[in-house]
Amino acid sequence: MSGHEFQSYFPDSGGVDYSDQESNITEATLDEMRQIAARYPQSRSALLPMLHLVQSVDGRVSPRGIEACADVLGISTAQVSGVATFYTMYKRRPAGKHHVGVCTTALCAVMGGDALLDHVSDKLGIHAGETTPDGTFSLEAVECNAACDFAPVMMVNWEFMDNMTPEKADRLLDDLAAGQPVQSTRGATLTSWKEAERVLAGFPDGRADEGPAAAGASLVGLTIARERGWKAPESAPEPAKQEEM
Amino acid sequence: MTDMLTPVLSANWADDRAWKLSNYERGGGYQALRKALGMTPDDLITEVKDSGLRGRGGAGFPTGMKWSFVPQDNPNPKYLVVNADESEPGTCKDIPLMMANPHVLVEGVIISSYAIRSNYAFIYVRGEVLHVIRRLQQAVREAYSAGYLGKNILGSGYDLELVVHAGAGAYICGEETALLDSLEGRRGQPRLRPPFPAVAGLYASPTVVNNVESIASVPGIVGKGAGWFASMGTEKSKGHGIFSLSGHVANPGQFEAPMGITLRQLIELAGGMRNGHQLKFFTPGGSSTQILTHEHLDMPLDFDSVMAAGSLLGTRALQIFDETTSVVRTTLRWVEFYKHESCGKCTPCREGNWWLVQMLKKFEAGQAVEGDIEKMLDVADNIGGRSFCALADGAVACVTSAVKEFRSEFEAGYHTPAWELFPYAKSALFPVTSDGGHA
Repeated sequence: MSGHEFQSYFPDSGGVDYSDQESNITEATLDEMRQIAARYPQSRSALLPMLHLVQSVDGRVSPRGIEACADVLGISTAQVSGVATFYTMYKRRPAGKHHVGVCTTALCAVMGGDALLDHVSDKLGIHAGETTPDGTFSLEAVECNAACDFAPVMMVNWEFMDNMTPEKADRLLDDLAAGQPVQSTRGATLTSWKEAERVLAGFPDGRADEGPAAAGASLVGLTIARERGWKAPESAPEPAKQEEM
Repeated sequence: MTDMLTPVLSANWADDRAWKLSNYERGGGYQALRKALGMTPDDLITEVKDSGLRGRGGAGFPTGMKWSFVPQDNPNPKYLVVNADESEPGTCKDIPLMMANPHVLVEGVIISSYAIRSNYAFIYVRGEVLHVIRRLQQAVREAYSAGYLGKNILGSGYDLELVVHAGAGAYICGEETALLDSLEGRRGQPRLRPPFPAVAGLYASPTVVNNVESIASVPGIVGKGAGWFASMGTEKSKGHGIFSLSGHVANPGQFEAPMGITLRQLIELAGGMRNGHQLKFFTPGGSSTQILTHEHLDMPLDFDSVMAAGSLLGTRALQIFDETTSVVRTTLRWVEFYKHESCGKCTPCREGNWWLVQMLKKFEAGQAVEGDIEKMLDVADNIGGRSFCALADGAVACVTSAVKEFRSEFEAGYHTPAWELFPYAKSALFPVTSDGGHA
């Protein structure tokens, strides 16, 4: 009209991929969806965990998964896909066995996260948003994952990989590719992205007792307090002082 | 005189299997619940009001007052929702708290739900923290088995159901009304207020939404008394709070201290700035709070003092940057975050943050032109205060404060790339041989 060509600046805002109809959802999956729905006073609240369950079965948000959620909750497939396309954890293309996230929000980026993402991207031969051809790894530039005191931070299957360096990243990616056990710095032995998604759907995997209560940066203040004998008061001060309140 | 650090919620983080119910009970856990069930709900609300506890999720609203807004004559069920969607850049306190000490949160949920007369509560936790979710799920299961949750809790006649609900990746769901939409199984988009959640929240019923650390502070207040809590902190910001130091300090980490500790004290505890470097700027409470500089090292970190300095205490997320850091680059990366996380509902936020990113990229590349600073501030002025929720205000806070404190760096963006002025490799914690990470 005025010589301006319209260009979309939201390249990844497409919908669910309906060209890929493959699905492993069975009657057992539907039963589990009903179990999730029963946890809530109103069943639609179950939609987010149900979509995590879909991913644990199909490795992505599949068309069949969308239909199943809609059927169980008695809402439309448009309502389900509207939700599925809003949240970044829902993948419209198959994620890898191991989903790798490198934090590149400001603080991690500055402390080395940008260089780390480049390094991991080169090593895996994929860009953020892609999956390796053999399906072992997918890569994502994640936003702040609430571990800034451990920057730069990497996540694998949503487990913390703290204080990351290119060398540490190489080692853990090599180990994962070779099927060797890899331990999160503050969590369990890594399983797979699909197994993680099942836990997010509310089906525990029995690994809660793995790993420490806290590690590294989480304990810096507590350690100093113990060394210096600093404590919170044992009890309320004298009543006279309370009256001032 | 209280000690410089006062571990309460973090006191057991180094203990063996601190997350287990038996270990939490051994440390006195669930005694406050027994005491609470012997009190009236109104007396509990008064106790929390008297403690002076202000919301630990950023806004600092008095927790007891929030509870008292729940209309008890409303016939609908009441709900308690814990906001565990910790996602504000720099904020990293609730995650270690729930990982190491999930039962203090669960106990807090039960007492708080009893106080507001709720029989159904939720912990809405961000999805990207698998092990934290495992620990929460297990703590809730243990609490059910021990009779702390479910029907007729400890023989009191009080019933409570508690559901751990994992989100799916959306910063906006930390905004309480967006969180409620998300918990209802919808896209997480903020609601227009009023009505406030206390009146019409989850399922259009009276709902209290509180931050993890706020609710986790309740067992201590009930167990040891409002006077105990109020004996820590400052006149208007009482109690203990977790301060999170990240960035270019020698030993980043979590420091639980009375409200009002200073950044100078915290940096000393963190072993000083990393070797050979000086403080350049910091956020007092996450990226949505205006950046400050060395002038504010001795400012008490309490709600009112930080506000008087032109910023906000927020979540006490102190992101520390040294002299190697480009303010332009850091601001760009923060605004890219807000652009990505804007829910898209309000045009000024959805479009405006996109435009800010375009402009900041030009500043970073040394390709901005004279007048672009004013243009950028004008765009910012049309975002802040013009959207439903505070995401938009947070997004522009870093831009306006960065220009205010470091205008010359933006002016340099008229001719010189930021990575030439501040080689990015120097800010990184490991040797970067290539181009320092810039694309």
